[in-house]
Amino acid sequence: MTSATFPASEPKPSWTRYFSFNTDAKVIGIQYIVLSFFYFLIGGLLAMIIRGELITPAADLVDRTVYNGIYTMHGTIMLFLFIFPVLNGLNNLLIPTMIGAPDMAFPRLNAVAFWLVPIFGTLLIASFFVPGGPAYSGWWSYPPVSIQNPLGHLVSGQGLWLTAVALSGVSSIMGAVNFVTTIIRMRAPGMSWFRMPVFCWTALAAQSLQLIGLPALTGGAAMLLFDLVAGTSFYRPEGGGDPVLYQHFFWFYSHPAVYVIILPVFGVFSELFPVYSRKPLFGYVYVALASFIIVGLGLVVWVHHMFPSGVAQWMRNLFMVTTMLIAVPTGVKVFAWLGTLWRGKLRLTTPMLFCLGGLFNFVFAGITGIMLATVPVDIHVSNTYFVVGHFHYVIYGAAVMGVFAAVYHWFPKFTGRMPYEGLGKLHVLLTFVGANLNFLPMHPLGLMGMPRRVSSYDPEFAFWNVLASLGAFLLGVSIIPFLLNMVSSWVRGPKATHNPWNAIGLEWLLPSPPPEDNFGEHVPIVISRPYGYGTDQPLVENQEAIEHQLILKEASA
Amino acid sequence: MTSSSPRLRPLPLLGLGLWVGLLVLISIWMSHQAYRWLPVQASTAAPLVDGLFSFETGVGTFVFLGVISVMAWVVLMHRAEKYDESDAEPIEGNTRLEVIWTAIPLVLVMAIAAYSIRVNTTLGVLGPMEHIHLHDPVEQQGGYPGDRLPAETVEVIARQWSWEFRYPDAGVSSTELHLAFNQPVTFRLVSDDVIHGFYIPAFRLKQDVIPGTAIDFNLTPTREGRYRLRDSQFSGTWFAANQADVVVETDDAHAAWLKQAAAQPLQPGISDAVEEYATRGRKANPGWATVPPAPPPQVNVPGSNRLPHDA
Repeated sequence: MTSATFPASEPKPSWTRYFSFNTDAKVIGIQYIVLSFFYFLIGGLLAMIIRGELITPAADLVDRTVYNGIYTMHGTIMLFLFIFPVLNGLNNLLIPTMIGAPDMAFPRLNAVAFWLVPIFGTLLIASFFVPGGPAYSGWWSYPPVSIQNPLGHLVSGQGLWLTAVALSGVSSIMGAVNFVTTIIRMRAPGMSWFRMPVFCWTALAAQSLQLIGLPALTGGAAMLLFDLVAGTSFYRPEGGGDPVLYQHFFWFYSHPAVYVIILPVFGVFSELFPVYSRKPLFGYVYVALASFIIVGLGLVVWVHHMFPSGVAQWMRNLFMVTTMLIAVPTGVKVFAWLGTLWRGKLRLTTPMLFCLGGLFNFVFAGITGIMLATVPVDIHVSNTYFVVGHFHYVIYGAAVMGVFAAVYHWFPKFTGRMPYEGLGKLHVLLTFVGANLNFLPMHPLGLMGMPRRVSSYDPEFAFWNVLASLGAFLLGVSIIPFLLNMVSSWVRGPKATHNPWNAIGLEWLLPSPPPEDNFGEHVPIVISRPYGYGTDQPLVENQEAIEHQLILKEASA
Repeated sequence: MTSSSPRLRPLPLLGLGLWVGLLVLISIWMSHQAYRWLPVQASTAAPLVDGLFSFETGVGTFVFLGVISVMAWVVLMHRAEKYDESDAEPIEGNTRLEVIWTAIPLVLVMAIAAYSIRVNTTLGVLGPMEHIHLHDPVEQQGGYPGDRLPAETVEVIARQWSWEFRYPDAGVSSTELHLAFNQPVTFRLVSDDVIHGFYIPAFRLKQDVIPGTAIDFNLTPTREGRYRLRDSQFSGTWFAANQADVVVETDDAHAAWLKQAAAQPLQPGISDAVEEYATRGRKANPGWATVPPAPPPQVNVPGSNRLPHDA
C-alpha cells in the first residue's frame, strides 16, 4: 500500500506506521476505519448466516445454539467493533483538521484507546472457540439467561463477551475524554463556538453522551460478570437480586448510544449537503444547538425499551412523552437539510447520493420511531421484527450510509487519491435497494407478531422473510464495489488536489494528504462562519495566499 | 432549469395545493390499509391499539411523503447544469420558518402523545398492565365496573421452554390456554427460570414474565378462534419453539372443556424443546452448549400447538 503522496521535499512515511503504536491522529483515524471495516465484513458474514437460516421457517441451516450465538455476535460486532470504531476514526481524521489543531489533546491516550479495539475484538472473536461457544443471550445480555452458563466453566463465551464490552467501554471513555478536550481547548484562532463546523458540534454532543452514559453500562456489565463468575446476586432473583435492574443500567447507556451513532452522521449530512448544493447550511445555529437538545432529552428516554417489562403506568407515559419530544430537534435538522437543498445547485456525486439515500431512510425510521414511542403500539410490536426493522433503518439505512458518504467525501483528503465515481454510484444503488429490500419487510412481520431473535417461525411469516433475505444477500454483494473502489483508488487512483469538491473548511486548506502536524505553526485565523457558499466571504485571513501556495505545490509535485 | 421566483404566484400555489390534497388522500387511504397489516382483533385492547396505529400511519405517511416530495423536487429541478461551477444564492436561514417547523412537530407529537395516553388509560382500565406484587386482589379491581370483575384466574407458569396454564378453581392444568369468549380473565404470570414474554399478537398484549415476581395481568378475549401465544423475551436455546395455542370458546364450551379436563389423568404436556433435545445428541454436529429443557409439565390436557391458527 503505497498510499501517501507527499511533496517531494518531505520524506515519504512508511506504510508500516499503520501497524505501529503511532500517535498521529490521522494515522489512528485510518487505523480505526480500516480495522472497523474488517470487523464489518465478519459481522456481515454472520448476518448472511442469520438471513440464510431465516429464509425458511424451520431451524434447518444451523443448530439453534449456533443461531443464537451468531445473532448475538452479529449485533455485538456491528456495534462495538464496527460502528463505534468507524465513527471514532472519522473523529480522529476530522476533528483536528476541521478545527486547525496539530493533533488530539492527548495523542498517547488516543493510541491506547485505539489499540484496545483489536485487543477486545480478538477476545470477542476468540469466544467462538471456547468450549460451549460464544455468548448467546443477545447484545442486551439480559440476566438471568446471560448468567446461566450451561457448562459452568470459569471461562465462558459470555464471560469473554462481558470482558470485551467492559474494555470497549474503557476505550470509548478514553476516546471521549480526548475528543471533548480537543474540541474545547484546541480550536484555531478566531474559531468561536458559532464558527465551528457542525460535525464538531455533533461529535462534542455525542462524546459528552459517552462520558455520561458509559459508566452506567460498564458498571452494569461488571456486576453481571460478578454474577456470572463470582456467584454474586445483583440480578439473580433466587439470591434477592432484581433482573430488571440490569435493564435500567443497560438502557441508560444503550439508548443514548444510538444518538452517539446518529449525531455524527447528522454532522456528516450537515457538512455534505452545503458542499453539494453550493449553499450555506440553512439555520446553522439551530442545527448546532439541536444536537445538545437531543443529548439532554436522549438521557431521559431509556425506559421506552422496557414498556412490557412491568414498569408503572406513569413511567410509561412520562418516557413516551420525552421520547416523542426528540422528534422536535430532529425535525429541526431534517427541515434544515431540506432548506439547504432547496433552490441549491445540486451535484449528485457519490457522497451526495449516499446522504440523500440516508436522509430518505432516516425519515422513514423516524416515523416508525414515533410509532414505537407510543406505549399501546409498542406493547404490541416491542421485541418483534418491527423493532429490528426500525433499528436497521436507523443504523444501516441512515448511519452506515452516512459513514459511506463521509468515506467517499474525505477519502481524497486523507489518502491523496480520488475514489472512482462509477463504482461509487453502483455501491450507492446496491446499498439503497438492498437496505430497503432487507429491512422494509421486517415491519409487516413485526406487525403480524413475529418475535425477534427466533431461529424458526410459523409458515405464515415465510413470504416477507424470503424478501428480507434476498435484500440481505444484495447488501452482501453491495460491499464488493466498495472494497474494489477503496483498494484500487488508494493504490493507483488519480491524485487528489487539496480541495477536489470545492468545499469550504479548514481541512480543505491543507494539502492532500495533510502533513503530520497539519497546519503546524501557521494556523489560519478564522474570520467567518462555516458554509459560506455563494457569499464570497473567505473563511480565513489570507485565504487566497494559502490556496495559491497549495496550488503551486501541487503543480510542482 | 431553475424554479420560478420566490414569490408565490397563483399557478404554483394551485399546483402545491393539489399535491398536498393528493398526499392527504394517500395518507387517509394508508391509514385504512394499516388495519390489514395487523392480525385479527381478538381482545378488547385490539381495536384501541389498531385505531392508534392507523392514526399514526396516516400522519406518518403524510410527513414521509411531504419530506420525500421536497427531496424528489430538488433532485429533479434544482440540479446544477452541466459545467455550472457556480454557487447558489446564499440563503442562510429564516427565523420565522425555524419557529414554524419547531412548533408544528411539537404540536403534532404532543397530540399523538395525548391520544396514546388516553388509549393507555383505557387499556389500564381493561387490564392494569402494572407490576403488581401479590397484594390484596380486591384493591386492584378499582377500575372495573362491578359486573365485569374477572371471574376466572389462570396461573401461567413460564419455563425453559414450555407454557403451563393452571385453573385453580376447576383444578385443571393444560399446555393449551382455553379462555371463555367475552369474559374478563386475570392471569397470574410467574416464571420458573428466566424472563419470558407472554405475548398473544391477536390480543395486541404483551407482558414480560419476571422470575421472582408474580404479575397480575387482565384481558378480555372478544373473538372465538385459535391463536398463538409466543414467548417474546429471548429465553435461551429453544426460545423460538416456546409457543402455545390459545383457544377462545363460548362460555358453555369453556365450562364443558374444564369439566372434561378435570376428569383426565395427569400426563406430560407439550414441550417442543424436550422433543428436539432428545434427538440432538444423534446429530453429527450437535452445536454449542445449552441449558437442558425443563421436563414437560404434568397436565390434564396437553392440547396441541400444531393446528391451523387464526393469528
